[in-house]
Amino acid sequence: MEIVQLLFYGLVLGSIFALGAIGVSLTFGILGFANFSHGDLMATGAYVAFLVYVQLALPFWLALPVAIVATAALAVAIDRGIYRRFRRGPPVLLLISSFGMALIVRSLIQLIWGPEVMAYDPGIQLAERFMGLRYQNHQLGIIAGAIALVIVVHLFLSRTKAGKAMRAMADNPTLAQLSGIDTERVVMWTWITGGALAGAAGVFLAIDTQLRPEMGWFQLLPIFAAAILGGIGKPYGAIVGGYIIGMVTELSNLVLPAEYTTVVPFAILVVMLIFRPTGLFAGRSF
Amino acid sequence: MSLLELDRVTGGYGEADILHGVSLAVASDEIVAIVGPNGAGKSTAMKAVFGLVDVRDGHVWFEGEALEGRRTVDIVKRGICFVPQTENVFPTLTVEENLEMGAFLRPGDLDEPKRKVFELFPPLAERRKQPAGTLSGGQRQMVAMGRALMLDPKLLLLDEPTAGLSPKFIGQIFDIVRAVRDFGVAILMVEQNAKQALAVADRGYVLATGQNRYQGPGKELLADREVAEMFLGG
Repeated sequence: MEIVQLLFYGLVLGSIFALGAIGVSLTFGILGFANFSHGDLMATGAYVAFLVYVQLALPFWLALPVAIVATAALAVAIDRGIYRRFRRGPPVLLLISSFGMALIVRSLIQLIWGPEVMAYDPGIQLAERFMGLRYQNHQLGIIAGAIALVIVVHLFLSRTKAGKAMRAMADNPTLAQLSGIDTERVVMWTWITGGALAGAAGVFLAIDTQLRPEMGWFQLLPIFAAAILGGIGKPYGAIVGGYIIGMVTELSNLVLPAEYTTVVPFAILVVMLIFRPTGLFAGRSF
Repeated sequence: MSLLELDRVTGGYGEADILHGVSLAVASDEIVAIVGPNGAGKSTAMKAVFGLVDVRDGHVWFEGEALEGRRTVDIVKRGICFVPQTENVFPTLTVEENLEMGAFLRPGDLDEPKRKVFELFPPLAERRKQPAGTLSGGQRQMVAMGRALMLDPKLLLLDEPTAGLSPKFIGQIFDIVRAVRDFGVAILMVEQNAKQALAVADRGYVLATGQNRYQGPGKELLADREVAEMFLGG
């Protein structure tokens, strides 16, 4: 039974990782750099929802979309203002500037909302029970929300011209350009998609835990582990990778003391980079 | 009048020039092959058409307009499509999606151009939902050419279309090249398999060290003893 309980928690955690990992994987595939500010985009989403839901006391169903749109807008703005200038240079410039952006975004969050730990709904929530499984309604909401967003992303990537062009560019940027694909527009769509999902992931993370300025930064490791597990640059792989990392992290509670479970994604990352650097599904095309 | 004309083009990718005054021309409905030893600048000459090379001197004319210095998108819009030698498909996209990406600049319904490509390459029609990365080398080359044909180009540039293929497929590819020309598309191709390429081509150019060495109808070049000894392996 405990295993089922942990798998359920893993599903919740995996939903958050999966949403974050899609963006990291897409930006890596299309722009060729590891975006270190992705975690802080997640934190931005969480705090924007806090602004709408707690500070402005508006309903939560409004806070989530506002957070998603605001985070996507921030991602596009950062690209236009900063990353675009370095597109033609070596990718390491983008990597370093994303590191700088991570620090800036986190500091701004701290400046606006302060360093304290906060929550959307303070107080203890009692768990419900279903056939011996303990769950909270917000956890079901996170899983359902993540699944809905994954379906939207799938439809976008497989049915629309912009989505297909994004996958094409992640596959082969040079050929995309030779085909006459408007690469700057694809880059913008990439930031919109990655930013929107990061915003949602941040809100879900804040629901499941708490808000604090470095909340997103701490998610970078499991999210990169998920993206690499799924084969970096492959959005569908990133989803699977996210859920695997989430489940394995929670299941490790069976054998590891709780304070060590955060090391699990790192261990998976190291093992993957040594033995299967191109991802679990290398050679498979999805 | 020629569709495409390189007029004494000099240029390269950076400091050192690779092309030293290369001239060549392609007329509508013509298959033209560029052959020559390794390092002769064959691929570079073709890439100069597509704006991928710094042209320092000379001109690239297409339908009477200068192409040098233009953006890739502009060149594609004018009706030139390029099939690179390697990595010329999107491996995780299906065959059909690969074709759609070739028509990115084309608004509206893509059923008609897709139908034409499937007619030209029947094996692709059965595999339209299959990811291009799972296809054989020959079929992948068909996807690559099909993608380039989706915009109804006037000129198709092929960079070593038979590189790395088994002899069985090489013959197939050249058949395809002929079929594409019969669709009304001019073809400029760079080839290592010089003999077969010249046999298919209406005209050929032999380049060496970034300069024109011989030119003429494909069959004449094949029959030329000097060319054969120096460049076609006897």
